[in-house]
Amino acid sequence: MSKPRLVLIGNGMAGVRTVEELLKIKPDHYDITIFGAEPHPNYNRILLSPVLAGEMTIQEIVLNELDWYKENKITLHTGKQIKTIDRIKRKVIAEDGTEEEYDRLLIATGSTPFMLPIPGNDLPGVIGYRDIKDTDEMIDAAAKHKHAVVIGGGLLGLEAANGLKLRGMDVTVVHLGPWLLERQLDEVAGKMLQRSLEDKGLKFLLETQTEALIQGESGRVAAIRFKGGMQIPADLVVMAAGIRPNYALAEASGIYCNRGIVVNDTMQTYDPKVYAVGECVSHRGIAYGLVAPLFEQAKVAANHLAGYGIGRYTGSVTSTKLKVTGIDLFSAGDYMGGKDTEEIVLNDPHGGVYKKLVIKDNKLVGGVMYGDTADGPWYFQLLKDKRDIHDIRDSLIFGQNLVGDVGHAGNSKAAEMADSAEVCGCNGVTKGTIVQAIKAKGLFTLDEVKKHTKAASSCGSCAGLVEQILASTIGGAYTPASSDTKPLCACTDHSHKKVRETIVAQHLTTKEAVFAFMEWKTPNGCDKCRPAINYYLISTFPHESKDDPQSRFINERAHANIQKDGTYSVVPRMWGGLTTPAELRAIADAAEKYNVPTVKVTGGQRIDLLGVKKEDLPNIWADLNAAGMVSGHAYGKSIRTVKTCVGAEHCRFGTQLAMSMGVKLEKMLFDMYAPHKVKLAVSGCPRNCAEAGIKDVGVIGVDSGYEIYIGGNGGIKTEVAQFLCKVKSDEEVMEYSGAFLQLYREEGWYLERTCHYMERVGLDYIKGKILEDEEARKAYYFRLLDSLKDAKDPWQTSREEQPIKQFIPIKLEA
Amino acid sequence: MSNWKLICKLDDIPQLGSRVVQRQSGGDIAIFRNAEDEVFALHDKCPHKSGPLSQGIVHGRRVTCPLHGWNIGLEDGHAVAPDIGSCSKFDVKVENGEVFLAV
Repeated sequence: MSKPRLVLIGNGMAGVRTVEELLKIKPDHYDITIFGAEPHPNYNRILLSPVLAGEMTIQEIVLNELDWYKENKITLHTGKQIKTIDRIKRKVIAEDGTEEEYDRLLIATGSTPFMLPIPGNDLPGVIGYRDIKDTDEMIDAAAKHKHAVVIGGGLLGLEAANGLKLRGMDVTVVHLGPWLLERQLDEVAGKMLQRSLEDKGLKFLLETQTEALIQGESGRVAAIRFKGGMQIPADLVVMAAGIRPNYALAEASGIYCNRGIVVNDTMQTYDPKVYAVGECVSHRGIAYGLVAPLFEQAKVAANHLAGYGIGRYTGSVTSTKLKVTGIDLFSAGDYMGGKDTEEIVLNDPHGGVYKKLVIKDNKLVGGVMYGDTADGPWYFQLLKDKRDIHDIRDSLIFGQNLVGDVGHAGNSKAAEMADSAEVCGCNGVTKGTIVQAIKAKGLFTLDEVKKHTKAASSCGSCAGLVEQILASTIGGAYTPASSDTKPLCACTDHSHKKVRETIVAQHLTTKEAVFAFMEWKTPNGCDKCRPAINYYLISTFPHESKDDPQSRFINERAHANIQKDGTYSVVPRMWGGLTTPAELRAIADAAEKYNVPTVKVTGGQRIDLLGVKKEDLPNIWADLNAAGMVSGHAYGKSIRTVKTCVGAEHCRFGTQLAMSMGVKLEKMLFDMYAPHKVKLAVSGCPRNCAEAGIKDVGVIGVDSGYEIYIGGNGGIKTEVAQFLCKVKSDEEVMEYSGAFLQLYREEGWYLERTCHYMERVGLDYIKGKILEDEEARKAYYFRLLDSLKDAKDPWQTSREEQPIKQFIPIKLEA
Repeated sequence: MSNWKLICKLDDIPQLGSRVVQRQSGGDIAIFRNAEDEVFALHDKCPHKSGPLSQGIVHGRRVTCPLHGWNIGLEDGHAVAPDIGSCSKFDVKVENGEVFLAV
């Protein structure tokens, strides 16, 4: 049986991206044919500016080599413009007569520069700025001529002007608006930008209207005349006054167009067999000219072309960044503001820094940054997540550094870093390596950079920095996914949020049910989604859903922590950090009996036996269990330890019985699994010797009771815990901290620590649930206790339910 | 010619799990069973930093190394792109619910 045929008109970024997405989720489904009007394979149009500026070559910006088309069995026609779409016979006809029939058609014809309707706009030397040909012509003109005029002070115009200047031309930018980039910047930032570009040698004529282009003796353009009669020399005129979607072809075939090919949320045109993506499209009345929205459209179109029928494109909030080396500029969303918005402004004209954040209903809706754009991606993420910023408002304008750490030493000036600077300390990846990979391999997302370079793929603390490098390298092409909608992994398009909600709403209790109901693309998930789903199932339906050991990371299957050499570490629980001579004797006996090479005290006040062979684990634990000890869960996404100081039991400063409080908390939380590890501490007085300030839940005794702090972290992201409330009794400590942890267990996304969860939802939200609503608090607390009511040592469970033989190797005789 | 050696029953290997076969020399072999009851055998050593693949999470026809998350194809032992590397594979077959390894 022959495959259905898919024809793509337009060999550009949006169209080819759609094909790539399609091949990813359903390879071999279609016979694919691509028509491109240009003679090149798909290249990264956004990087034409660095090419013009001499910072990159054409070869470097090719995204899909000809071999890629071959490998994927795609028929590619370059240099062939489609003349007609015959929707009745379902075929397309090129200018040279080539015909191709289709079952599904994808139109991605992009846009063309708008040529001002003035006399002389067709003279030699007058061009738009769109493709490789235009770029070549500019490079050529720069070598032969002196005077260049760029009409249009938008992103593209300024990048062209900068490139031509770097190539030695005398460049004047003519702009109709009152300041530069008036669609991306407010007046203050626009003027600052103008000053720094003037320092680079560019000239500007603002609020100036062009009247005519004048031919010289050679036949080429020689001058430009403005309204009012002023005239300046011009050997090259670049029109960058906007783009026009290319929809004439579609319109001629009878497809409904209105300033673009009109598509619905599935990227389908009025003809259900015809899809359209990219700049030629009008979606909900908007035609996007930046690449990030096009990629979102591509993903949706691919999903529907593959026949999965999930995913809707609902429009994009865009951000822009000017790709002019040495100039830092970022804007996103509604940066102008209006009468129902508020603004926070930081203006330091001498230091060349200007930031404006636009806020509406306690949410960030837009922003402009000039001179210091390091926090641009972070603001953009807050904006897309619609995060309530009420609780961080006072320091918001100073960036993520002051709100929370962005990485090691807060070094976040991605653009200023040297190429040799190490970005990822875990895997030893430098900035140069990352930039190189982004350019050479055409990477657009954090996940792609992680896969190809390994940067940010271990502890992840440099993810923010990598995102900034990505943003500064590819400019406006970069857009972080909204955390709410980011796919959980490559097996699905659904986000953590969606998966959690669906499990609850549909009462799904097995991973198979989740895979089937949510149309997983892989038969049994992967190492990313399976552990997440397993956790969501058992935390949502604690006594109903059955734990699946094969969906757990080895540490949680072996109840021990795997080490680099494949041996394991064993940490018996010491409640509240307390132990006894008998326990110590049993630990010492076990260490000797099983030849444990290293015995170490952990940061959580426990004893760690390192270097135990897997096959010895059941036996060493049988010995430890016999001595009354249970697993310390030092390996799990679970309750780890409750660290205590000696408290009022012994300490002359102590105000509360910290050890006894710690033991009570630890016994309550024993065997509690969570989205990530959970650590607590109890100090008996504000001297806080148990370091409660950097714990998921920190309890500090004061004379009149206890203060509870939440969301602290002493690891990757040093984060000081925030004050939740003050309570009087031990019972209240248990109720409030238990309720908070249950809230986190029910709403946190897998591998999200409490500090990340809190950053996502905001402290006020948590206070609303735990402090202001007594009934809700008691309900959370009850659900926590209920789900832990049958808690027992994992080794007891292993002996009862799972064959211990998993631990025993099969010996092969010679 | 291969010498088929009886290793264990198919049911001795958990679905989406593995068992380790210890050899007297040449290092351990990991035997995997996936959801479709296909069985594979690889040298129990990740090409990256020698992690024990037998301890990884099995999905589809792949296993994810427990140490640093490399994905290794179970059929050919090759690392999944963009990672590069491979570990040796062994012939293995299932007959009447029993698993045999070619040694």
